[in-house]
Amino acid sequence: MTPATRMGLSIAAAVSLYGLSFGALSVASGLTLWQTVALSALLFSGGSQFAFIGILAAGGSGGAALGASTLLSARNTIYAVQMKAMFDPSGWRRWVSAQLTIDESAANAMSQTDPEERRREFWVTGLGVYVGWNLATVVGALLGDFVAEPEALGLDGAVVAAFLGLLWPRLRSREPWALAVVAALVTVLTMPMLPAGVPVLLAAVVAASWGLVTRGRSGGAESTRTHKEHEEVRP
Amino acid sequence: MTLWLWVLLACAAVYATKLLGYLVPGSWLEHPLVGRLSTLMTVALLASLVAMNTASGDGGVVLDARVGALLAAAVALLLRAPFLVVVIAGAGAAAGLRALGIG
Repeated sequence: MTPATRMGLSIAAAVSLYGLSFGALSVASGLTLWQTVALSALLFSGGSQFAFIGILAAGGSGGAALGASTLLSARNTIYAVQMKAMFDPSGWRRWVSAQLTIDESAANAMSQTDPEERRREFWVTGLGVYVGWNLATVVGALLGDFVAEPEALGLDGAVVAAFLGLLWPRLRSREPWALAVVAALVTVLTMPMLPAGVPVLLAAVVAASWGLVTRGRSGGAESTRTHKEHEEVRP
Repeated sequence: MTLWLWVLLACAAVYATKLLGYLVPGSWLEHPLVGRLSTLMTVALLASLVAMNTASGDGGVVLDARVGALLAAAVALLLRAPFLVVVIAGAGAAAGLRALGIG
């Protein structure tokens, strides 16, 4: 077992523990056990899964949940392009590797230099997280069923903490901090007048406008930094 | 039943975002703006989700024990705690404040 393989497997173990809280929170948000299982098995992208159940828990519509989870997965498209450039899986492998393309598998592959190692680390990490995350989801959802009062256990506080934990590694310079503050303010200020979940999509519009207004100013430097930021990010 | 529809649509949409990257010609996404927009959008969406889950409530904005959860999580992150510890700190703070009758 190479050091990189060990890292991939330990990432998988750590992320799987987090799958426990996804399972419990999803059931607490009003999804059934099988809907929760479907999200982990078929959607399989932690940030998007939490966005989906978070918006439903806040009283948002299914459409808003769908929109936010899809937008949050936009970065997976970028990873997929990078994986294609590194080892271009073909045939059925392409369809399976698409499903396994998430923060952890992409980050671990990108941290390697040898093409063969990259391919292997992508698969080890991707499959490791897939198996662990799905097993943990089922256990969490089953335990969650016994949680009579999720708020007394602070599960809503756990969601807040989880999203802050996902955001945190990206706040390494002044620009993301500024954008995060603006996005949070826009969200809180528009929440009283818009249907639940819609302010999140408004935040995406803010980000797109931000990127277009500041284009050319820091494009090159930002895109090299993008890779580094992604390496730190969780599911 | 409607919820099932949204679940499956979300699964299909997210899979499409992943597959798309393997199908498009690499040259299309070499433009620096694409990577930059993706990075910015992720930051804005996550920040918005933090705000929404902290302050959502009947009739707009409600500030309660979840603010304590946010602060506890921030402290845990500043102390470089592992992700799971951060989540537990958030849950513990919210549960603790409620047990004390705050929020």
